[in-house]
Amino acid sequence: MSRVALVTGASGAIGRAAAVALARDGRTVACAYRSGDAAAKETVRLVEEAGGTAQAFAVDVAEEASVDELFRAVEAWAGPPLVVVAAAGVNRDGLAVRYPLPEFERLLDVNLTGAFRCLRAALPAMLRARWGRIVTVSSVAGLRGNAGQAAYGASKSGLIGLTRSLAREYAGRGITANAVCPGFVESEMTAPLGDKARRRLLEEIPAGRIGAPEDAAAAIRFLASEEASYVNGAVLVVDGALTA
Amino acid sequence: MERQEVEERVRKVLAEQLAREPEEVTLEARFEEDLDADSLDLVEAVLALEEELGVKIPEEEMDGVKTVGQAVELVLAKQGQAA
Repeated sequence: MSRVALVTGASGAIGRAAAVALARDGRTVACAYRSGDAAAKETVRLVEEAGGTAQAFAVDVAEEASVDELFRAVEAWAGPPLVVVAAAGVNRDGLAVRYPLPEFERLLDVNLTGAFRCLRAALPAMLRARWGRIVTVSSVAGLRGNAGQAAYGASKSGLIGLTRSLAREYAGRGITANAVCPGFVESEMTAPLGDKARRRLLEEIPAGRIGAPEDAAAAIRFLASEEASYVNGAVLVVDGALTA
Repeated sequence: MERQEVEERVRKVLAEQLAREPEEVTLEARFEEDLDADSLDLVEAVLALEEELGVKIPEEEMDGVKTVGQAVELVLAKQGQAA
C-alpha cells in the first residue's frame, strides 16, 4: 500500500534524503520547499531515480494560508498525506546578549510554529484514516545547549515538546509522533563551517565523522514505517555518540 | 435541509463516531456524562459532522456544546450561514 508522504524542507539535505528513503518504502512523496526551485527539483529527480513518485510543492510554513494551500494541492495530487516529515528549518547563530528579537521570533515561527501549522493541517486526515506517522526533525541542539544557538535550540527543544504531546494526544488513534535529533550532519547548515571549526567538531564526535543526511533519513524512514507502530513519543538521537 | 433530517443525520454520525447505539444518542444526551466522549472523541465527531453535512464548525463554537441537541442547533445555524 502506498501512502502519501509529505516532507517539508525537501530542498534541504535531510529533507531530500528523507524523501528518497520514504520513496524506497513505496511512499508517494510530496516535496515541499520554500526557496530553491532547482534543489527541490533535484530532490524529485532523486526520488524518481530511486523508483518513486514525487512532486515539488512551494510553501512558506510561516504562513497559515500557504500551508493550507499546500495541503489542498497535495491532496488533489495524490491524496492526503498520512506521513508527515517536518524537516523545514532555518538557522542563524548569534550570542543571546545581542541577538535581534525579530530574528528570534522569525526562527521560532519557521522551525517550531511552522511544524505545528503543517502537523495541525495533517491531523484531520490522519484521524479519519486512524493511521498516521509524524516525524519531526529536531536536533541535538534541542537536547543540550550550544553557545550561539539560543533561538535554534529553543525551536528544536520546542519541537520535542510538541512531538511528545502529539504522541499522547493521538496514540489511541493509530498515529505516532516521534522526533529525530541529528547531530552534525553535512548540510547547508554545516557547510559554512571553516576547517578549524570542522576539526574541532570531529574531535568531539566519537564516531570520528560528520553524519551524512542519509544517516538521519534512515531514522526518519524507520519512524515513518508500518513496523514502528509502537514507537511513539520517542526522541531518536542520530549523532555518532556526540551526546552519549 | 429540514430540521428533522439534520437531526437524524447528526445523531447517526455521532452514534457511529462514539460507537453508541443510535437510541442512546438522544437530543438530551450529554457528551461527557452520558456518552462517555472525551475531548478527542468530540473533535473527531466534529470532523465527521463537517464532512457528512458539509458545514464548517469553528473550534471556539464547540465550547458551549454539551449535548447532542446543542450540536444539532449548531449544525443548523452553520447550515443557515452556508446557504
